[in-house]
Amino acid sequence: MNIIKNLNKSEKILLTRIFVSAFVFVVLLPLYYGKSVDRSNNWTIFNLDGKNYLFLIIYLIIYFIIGYDILRTAIRNIFGGTILDENFLMTIATIGAFLIGEYPEGIAVMLFYQVGEFFQRQAVNKSRKSIADLMDITPEYANIMLDGELTQADPYEVSVGDEIIVLPGERVPLDGTVLTGSSAIDTSALTGESLPRDILPGDQVISGCINLSGKLTLKVEKEYDDSTVAKILELVENASDQKAESEVFATTFARYYTPIVVLAALVIAIFPPFLFNQAFSSWLKQSLIFLVVSCPCALVVSIPLTFFGGIGGASKAGILVKGSNYLEYLAKTKKIIFDKTGTLTKGNFAVSQICPCSSSEVSEEVLLEIAAYSEYYSNHPIASGIIAAYGKQIDSDLIENVEEISGHGILAKVDGSTVLSGNTKLMQKFKIKFPSNNESGTIIHVALNNKYIGYIVIEDQLKTDTRRAIKDLHQIGISEISMFTGDQDVTANKISGQLGLDNYQAELLPADKVEHLEKALTEKNNTNELVAYVGDGINDAPVLARADIGIAMGGMGSDAAIEAADVVIMNDQPSKIAEAILIGRKTFRIVKQNIIFALGVKFAILILAVLGIANMWLAVFGDVGVTIIAVFNAMRALNPGLPLKHT
Amino acid sequence: MKRAYKLQNLGCANCAAKIENDIAQLAGVNSVRVNFMTEKLILDADQEEFVSILDQAQTIANKYEPDLLIIK
Repeated sequence: MNIIKNLNKSEKILLTRIFVSAFVFVVLLPLYYGKSVDRSNNWTIFNLDGKNYLFLIIYLIIYFIIGYDILRTAIRNIFGGTILDENFLMTIATIGAFLIGEYPEGIAVMLFYQVGEFFQRQAVNKSRKSIADLMDITPEYANIMLDGELTQADPYEVSVGDEIIVLPGERVPLDGTVLTGSSAIDTSALTGESLPRDILPGDQVISGCINLSGKLTLKVEKEYDDSTVAKILELVENASDQKAESEVFATTFARYYTPIVVLAALVIAIFPPFLFNQAFSSWLKQSLIFLVVSCPCALVVSIPLTFFGGIGGASKAGILVKGSNYLEYLAKTKKIIFDKTGTLTKGNFAVSQICPCSSSEVSEEVLLEIAAYSEYYSNHPIASGIIAAYGKQIDSDLIENVEEISGHGILAKVDGSTVLSGNTKLMQKFKIKFPSNNESGTIIHVALNNKYIGYIVIEDQLKTDTRRAIKDLHQIGISEISMFTGDQDVTANKISGQLGLDNYQAELLPADKVEHLEKALTEKNNTNELVAYVGDGINDAPVLARADIGIAMGGMGSDAAIEAADVVIMNDQPSKIAEAILIGRKTFRIVKQNIIFALGVKFAILILAVLGIANMWLAVFGDVGVTIIAVFNAMRALNPGLPLKHT
Repeated sequence: MKRAYKLQNLGCANCAAKIENDIAQLAGVNSVRVNFMTEKLILDADQEEFVSILDQAQTIANKYEPDLLIIK
């Protein structure tokens, strides 16, 4: 009885009205259809005997009990200039039923309409609520130290640089860096990742996560409005503002469907009786059936609900979809292009070999030191790898005139000498002679004062689930999986072979990636086969934007990634892409089912009505029954479904 | 200027679509979205006429949904 407890006052009144009128209605049925009334064929409201007046009055009373609000709204809307809304159509249909003497049908239409509306409203409320619960990651307060006491403050009022304390069991209210304390945090609300993450001083923690074990003191890095949790909430809330094509179809369809069906109802009410001299009442009844099924509600309610559920379900799995239309695009994706670094691979490059060239008389340590100094200001993952391998303090005063040449490498002055560190293209650009080699991995050549001094080999590791991700994508029928990388051919070839990719393009500059993507887009032979690009969102922004659908590895709240892409994978796992596509397909499938089901039933009823086979009861099912079924079907979209099986 | 408003008593998805369609026809409206699921009105309209457009939007809304209230 929880359902009844949760109802508001007007809903309780409606429920009472439904029960009362349904009870009287059922009691009256056998009396009415019993022997007490003579129901000859041409029997209408205009030729009644005394007994029928009694029935008419009782039925009218029930009619007003169950339908007074509909009547009132219908009348008010007519004066307001709106006709053809649901209330008006129901009023006409039921009054029409009374006029041809079909009192029980008139009541039944109103009764079932109200029951249907009631259930539909409950179903919509329930799904609104379950989506809201899903999004219930809003932190309510932040603990701050005030005069030596722990006080709860509004997260809005905490500024950057403040210290906040997060106790075990609490939600992290703002993005920050751990100052003291260590703990495990549950990021599942944001990433869908069920395994807790271990956190130590110096680590970044994003808002929305739950602190599981230890007390943490954080230094706030972002104000609430810029924090991850606020961004995600805004994104998901606004996602359903972008309409999908099928949603646009439904609303456009609805605009024409109702007037056409109502016009058809008028035509069949008037023409056959006059032209063929047939009984007015039977054709009127058929035209009333038209009116009852003329509401396109099943479509108009269920389609946005399905997309909304899909977006909610995806975000539960750690996949942010920025619009309903992107779920549709995901469903139609046939070709996927991956960026390599940071997407398929971890992007934390580790130095695997240091090879000073024999003629230069430089030691391994010196070669590494020179490279580390030149790369100091770069935020490229390769640079971090080299600096990490060097491991000593870098005196930044010795570095001047750093120039990062996109897709090539770095030119810098270190302690007065010119240092070049980068790929083969950089060496060629500056006409520096270097021995060729066939090392796999990334090779950073280093030249000092225009003289080659050696190279450093850096290798990136595949993410743990990359293999599975590619296998899943092939399994779900993605026809072509490619990789674009700025890396050299040897490395690309090795990784492509390991993963079983269909093809790859290596040694691309960021601009080349766009060009190759353009080529892939023009090559596709069918507009329903879309091309997705998956990148880490930092240097891939133009490609992500140009692809039919851009999927970014979220980097746990990287602004650039969230900004540029259409879909964001929060936990950076490539295996989530197959899941996202499956969610898109499921959502789209439900939408198609609902369109076919709702229109199918309605058209079938229209045809049966013209043939004189359909009755009012069937028509009521065609209106509210279909809507309720469609809404329940739509709610399936909230469950992302089972993960793929691995054999 | 673009702003979002919470809607109260938005019960019918078809009405939401009609309200959206009618508001979009108003002069000075750049874009409008009536989101049935989140019960929100997102209105992007000219700054000078914003207040009057919002009033007109309320009138339009009540034409289809008499109890609907745009919470300002």
